[in-house]
Order: sequence, then structure tokens, then C-alpha cells
Amino acid sequence: MKQIGKKTITLIITLLLISFAAFLAFQVIPGDPSLSVLGMDATEQQIAAYQKQMGLDRPMPVRYVSWVWDFVRGDLGDSYHYGTSVGGLLGDKLPVTLALTAVSFLFILGLSIPFGILMARFADTRFGRLVNVVNQTLMSVPSFFLGVLLILVFGLMLKWFTPGEYISYRESTTGFLLYLIAPAAAIAIPKTAMVIKFLRSSVLEQRKKDYVRTAYSKGNTDNRVLFIHVLKNSCIPVITILGMIIADTMAGSIVVEQVFNLPGVGRLLVSSIGYRDYPVVQAIIVYIASAVVIVNFIVDMLYRLADPRIREE
Amino acid sequence: MKQTRCYKVCRLLFAAGLLAITLCGCTGDKLGNGQGTSVSVDDSTTQAEPKKGGSVVVGIQQDLDSLDPHMADAAGTSEVLFNIFEGLVKPDKDGNLIPAVASKYEISEDGMTYTFTLRDGITFHSGEPVTIDDVIYSVNRCAGKLEGQEAPLVSAYSVISQVNRLDDHTVELVLENGDTELIGYLTAAIIPKDYEKQKEAPVGTGPFRFVSYSPQHSFVMEAYDGYWQKGLPYLDKVEFRIVANTDSAMLELKGGSIDLYPYLTSDQARELSGQMEVLVGTSNLVQALFLNNAEKPFDDVRVRQALACLVNPQEIMDMVADGYGTEIGSNMFPAFGLYYLESTKDLYEPDVDRAKALLLEAGYPDGFDMTITVPSNYQFHVDTAQVIVEELKQANIRAKINLVEWGTWLSDVYRGKQYQSTVVGLDSDLAPKDLLDRYHSTARNNFVSFSDEEYDRVLEEAMASIDGAEKVEKYQRLQQILAENAASVYIQDPAKLVAIKKDLSGYEFYPVYVLDMAMIYYK
Repeated sequence: MKQIGKKTITLIITLLLISFAAFLAFQVIPGDPSLSVLGMDATEQQIAAYQKQMGLDRPMPVRYVSWVWDFVRGDLGDSYHYGTSVGGLLGDKLPVTLALTAVSFLFILGLSIPFGILMARFADTRFGRLVNVVNQTLMSVPSFFLGVLLILVFGLMLKWFTPGEYISYRESTTGFLLYLIAPAAAIAIPKTAMVIKFLRSSVLEQRKKDYVRTAYSKGNTDNRVLFIHVLKNSCIPVITILGMIIADTMAGSIVVEQVFNLPGVGRLLVSSIGYRDYPVVQAIIVYIASAVVIVNFIVDMLYRLADPRIREE
Repeated sequence: MKQTRCYKVCRLLFAAGLLAITLCGCTGDKLGNGQGTSVSVDDSTTQAEPKKGGSVVVGIQQDLDSLDPHMADAAGTSEVLFNIFEGLVKPDKDGNLIPAVASKYEISEDGMTYTFTLRDGITFHSGEPVTIDDVIYSVNRCAGKLEGQEAPLVSAYSVISQVNRLDDHTVELVLENGDTELIGYLTAAIIPKDYEKQKEAPVGTGPFRFVSYSPQHSFVMEAYDGYWQKGLPYLDKVEFRIVANTDSAMLELKGGSIDLYPYLTSDQARELSGQMEVLVGTSNLVQALFLNNAEKPFDDVRVRQALACLVNPQEIMDMVADGYGTEIGSNMFPAFGLYYLESTKDLYEPDVDRAKALLLEAGYPDGFDMTITVPSNYQFHVDTAQVIVEELKQANIRAKINLVEWGTWLSDVYRGKQYQSTVVGLDSDLAPKDLLDRYHSTARNNFVSFSDEEYDRVLEEAMASIDGAEKVEKYQRLQQILAENAASVYIQDPAKLVAIKKDLSGYEFYPVYVLDMAMIYYK
């Protein structure tokens, strides 16, 4: 419980720092949201009227404090560009990005653990070495490029799906999830390869340890040694890397959303920076930052479960 | 101003060395010239009988900036909303203004009063009839005359001093001073009085009614069966899908999820021909190397003229657009018909010796260094700038390209005038003054800081003039002054390449930036 309290405080401080940095960045970079709303030939009079209406004429610290205050009360403000509430905008897009992240992560988890173990098991064979080379290759392909390849092969040549024919989760959950398979694969494949590599070397590392020799001497079979003794110890570095990968997957979805024309927060973030639509950018940044912090918190908790030694410290 | 993007850079990487070769290669492909010109690759498609029904997905390049037609400013938005809303008048494909919500109009001889008669039986998408109060409300809203409004929403409307209701069917606009060109701006939407949800669920009188909108993804509309032009639209449903970039649009075109895409690059057009029909028209833009006349060395007219002699529009078109495009010589494009002065394009023929002589005279025998600031989101302009850099080397002018993001371009270059030169395209409303009044020495949007006494005088006369022939003469004189003074280096009206599914027909090029879906039909 004490841990949760501590982490919550860290989360709040992190979010304050990040939102302040984003706020500051928008003061420094050139550009004016009123131009994106009123047009490039807006008169000074129009701009002044608009800034007054949106409260942009107030000094920067006042605006920041008022933003934080509204945020705490659950009011994310109005988008300058769209003129609608940020909450409403994000409410529409967040499920897409979250679903994409979740599906990608399930992919990573579902593929990397069995394959990692398999590859460690057959590491010394010719087959094992061959698979290792393939794995290295997959690891080094960038997601957006993989996305384009998947569209070419499965979309245009094999016609398993129609590129751009996105189905909203409101219309059909199955259709939506099916459309997510290709983008999720584009994000997941390089990351899966990375986790496999980690798991494989971690297992190989553990197998050299003394306790393994002891386990064999007690008459355990290969499989029993691997699954009962080695695997548990090999998991700790893998949990760390999985925590980092969730954050990475979220970042990856921002790029891959553009390739597959998915209406998630990624595209909204990029376009909102262009429009200097500060309330939207701020809200998305806070969302990503809190997701990363929360995931790290969960990872810390998992450590404790996996390794009693950490618990004692 | 708007976007024409994504011509592949890789073509340009080795382009410099191949200048001469490509030059003689593809000039024969130049198809687009003049307004509304469309040359279809496959002629058999244009004659079929229009059929009712069907739905179409249109790829568009940028998200809508507002669903409220009076708040929307981006050219890409008016392209979409043209199908939902209509003004008192609306443009047709030949650039004429035809009555829309008004059934007829009259402009007094002195250009002081405009009288409009409301069309009988016209209704909003809600089914409510359009009343004269709705018209008065809409005009007042644009002019910023409603209670609580501080500034006009459409700046051209600021010349309207009174909006008078004559009877239940007639309204009169009284202007502060005579202006016969205001009619070109009265295409602004007529919307229902006191309807507050225009931003979320727009209601107008156009051929299509709004269904749904998802930011950064799609805008869906369906046929309005109470539309005043009987028989239109042909299609039942249209979805505008916002594509992330031209490359993903290409994948979606090939995969068949987009039926119509009006912003192909010349490379893509080549790749798609066969699979889709490719139509060629004009974009109605003034693309130029705009020079900051207030900055050294461009404060010297001889330097500007020297640049005009070095930049070769045909070469640029060949390099970046396979030869598509229309050369221009001043701040106007051919769609303006009568007003357009074609001869300006021949004022500066490519001539390195003349350029060097002019530079010597101006005191730059060894050339100079300069920066071209280009908005990075407009690949077409970036590519153009790269060709220009090579062309300027001929007279030892060392240009370097500074890529900036669009928001930065707007505030630093366009409004702040903190730049030496830039490459962009200017678009226009259906009034010639829209393109020319920005060069008045006191104009707020005179971002090239051009200043010429004769120009100011002729422009004021042109705007005050209510005689058609005199107006034409004055506007042509203005173009001549700009060209003679090389206010900037004018390049081209870029071509517009449209991909359309082979079983669709009815696409029309307009002299303004709209996408008329009402005329499109399945064969």
C-alpha cells in the first residue's frame, strides 16, 4: 500500500513536469493557434477578439494554472482547431489506440515466450542458429516499413484485407479487431523478435549456473530443468524489457496509425501540433506519460511477485 | 493558399545533372491549360447516361478546420462543404456565378446596392423552408453585425453597411462604397437562423446533407432529396476520407478503398493509369518564388529581374511534374479569363547573360548568398525550390533551402515577413482583386513588401471602377506592373491530376477550389 502511495506521488510530479515542459515548448516555438482557426489573412482585430474569447491573452503562468485546475476537475478544455471538447475528441480516438496497443502487446506476449523458450532449447542445433538469423533480421525492420510491406503483400496481392477500409468499433467489434491485425503485426513483429532474443540469452545464461547442474544431478529431465528451474529465473530481465516495450508500442502506434489510416490519437497528435492546438496536444501527452508511468509501476509489482529477493529489499 | 504535395524527391536527387536531357524529353505531355480543361485518358467514359444511386469514397488530404461554413477557412474545407452549403450565388464550372439560394439578383449601376430575390420553395436539410430572415442572419453573421460579434467572419463582408429586408422574398445589401466585385464573395453559406449546432451537425441547402464526421478520419454525407435542382445529386452517399499522406492514399487507391482522389503527383498518375482514369486540369494557384522586396538584395529591381531571367518555368514543370502545368508571368492564372494578361509570361525568357549583366549593374558581379524558406509539408514547392537552387547557380547565386513547418511559415514568413524568399502557391476567390490587392503598398497581406506608386493608384482606380471594360484594362495593367518590376518570380499554375474509378463519371474542374460531388455518377 505504501508503495502505491509513493508511486501515485511520482506519477503526479511526472505529469506536472511533463505538461509544464509541453506548455513551455509551445510558448517558444513560432506559430499561433488563432491563425489556424481564423486563416492566414485574419486581421489583428479578429485575432485579438479570438484570443480574448479563448483566454489566450492572459499571461502564460495564469493559463497554465487554469489548465491544471480545469484538468483536475476533469475538464480538458476545448480544442482550438475543432472547436469541440477535447474530452469528446479523445473519447473517440483513445479506444482505437488502446486497442491497437493491447492487440500488439498480446501478439508480442503470445509469440515471444513460446518461441524464446523453443529457441533456447534448440540453441545449439543448426536449425536454432538459422532461426536466430531470421530473428535478428525481423528485429531490425522498422514498423512503418513493415506496415507498408504487409499492406502490399496481404492487402494488395493476397487481398486478405482492403487497405484503408477501417471499420469503427462502434459498427462491428469483430471487423474492428480484424482490421487491427495487420497494424498490430507491424508493431509487434520487431518487438517480438527483440523479446525472443532477450528470453533466449537469458535462458542460456541461467543454464550455465550451478543450480542447474545440481538439478540435473538430482535426475531431472531437460524439460523439467528448463520449465521448473531455469524459466522462473530467466523471467526477471524479460519483465523489464516487456515494460519498456509497452511504452514503445504506444509510440509505435502513432507512426503505424498513419500507414494504415487508423483514426487513433497518433494522427490527432501530429496534426494538433501543426495547428498549435495546445489543449489537444497537452491532453494526449499527459495520457501517454501517465500510461508509461502506470505500466512501469505494474512492472515493479510483477518483479516482486517473480523474485522474492526484491520483496525483501 | 493550399497544398499541392508530395512529388517524389528522389527524382530530384539526380535531377540536377539531367536538366538538359529531361528538358527536351517531356514537354509534349503538357495538357492542362485554362480553366475547366479536362483531358481524359479514356474518352469512352464521358458519354454514358447518368445513373442514380451508389456511394463513393473520396480521398482528401487534410482534415476540415471547421464544419461551420463561416468559420472554415482552409481551402480543403470549402472543397468538402461546397456540397452541403450554398450561398446567395454559387460558382459553376466555367467560373460564372449562378443564383443559388437567391433565384435572381441585381447590382445597381453604381455598385452600391445588391438586391436578391429568395428562391421559391427552397428548404434546409432539416426540411424547414429558407426564409428571408435566415438570409439576413447569415449575411449579418459573415459581416460581424450580430450581437456579441466583434469582427466580421468573412472579411470581404466588412464593406456591407446595411442589410435591408424589402419584403418576405427580397433583401437589399447596401455597401459603404461602390464595389461590383463583392458578388464573387457572396458565395458564403446561407444557414438557418439561430441554429447553434452548426459546428457539430451542419445544416445547409446544398445537394448533400451531413451524416457524420470523425476528426482526422472521415466526413460522410448523403443525398438530400429536397434539393432545389431536381434530379441532383446522382449519388446516394459520399464519404470523404482524410488520408495520412499521398503515399498511403496510393495504397488505398490501389486496394480499391478510395474511388476518387484529386491530388495525384505526376509519378502516381503514371503508375495508376490503366487501373484508374486520370484527368488533368489546373489547380488555379499562383506558384512563385516570392521575394521579400524589403530585404537586401531584393530591394533592387535589377536583382529581381535577374532572378526572373534565371528561373525557367518550363524546366521546373518538366522536372517536378512531368511537364504538366501552365506557365504564368504575373500574379494571376488563366482561369480568370478576360482579366488574365497572358503576355506577361514572355517578359523574361531564360537568359543567363542578361541575368549576369543585370547583376553586374546592380553591384553583384560575383553573385550573392540567399535563403529560400519553404513550408516542408508542401513537397511540390520543396521540389520546385530544389530546381530553382540549381538554376540560380548559373549566375553564381548561392541559394540554400530552409525547410520550415507550416505553422512557422505562417507566423514568420507570411505574417512576420522575416524571410528573403519563399516558394508557395496562392489561391483566390472568384474576384480578380483577391489576387492583386495584396500588392498595394499598405495592404496587410502584402508579404512580399512590394511598393509602387503607380500600382497603388491603378489598383484603387480598378477597385472603384464599375465599368467592366475599364476594370479589365486596369487589372491587366496591374499584372504588367508586377511583371515589369519582377515583384516576384512567377512560375506556374500547377496542374491538378485527378484519379477516378473507371465506372464513375461527371467530374468537373472548377476555377475555384471545390469538389462538386453532385454531378458525379456511376455509368
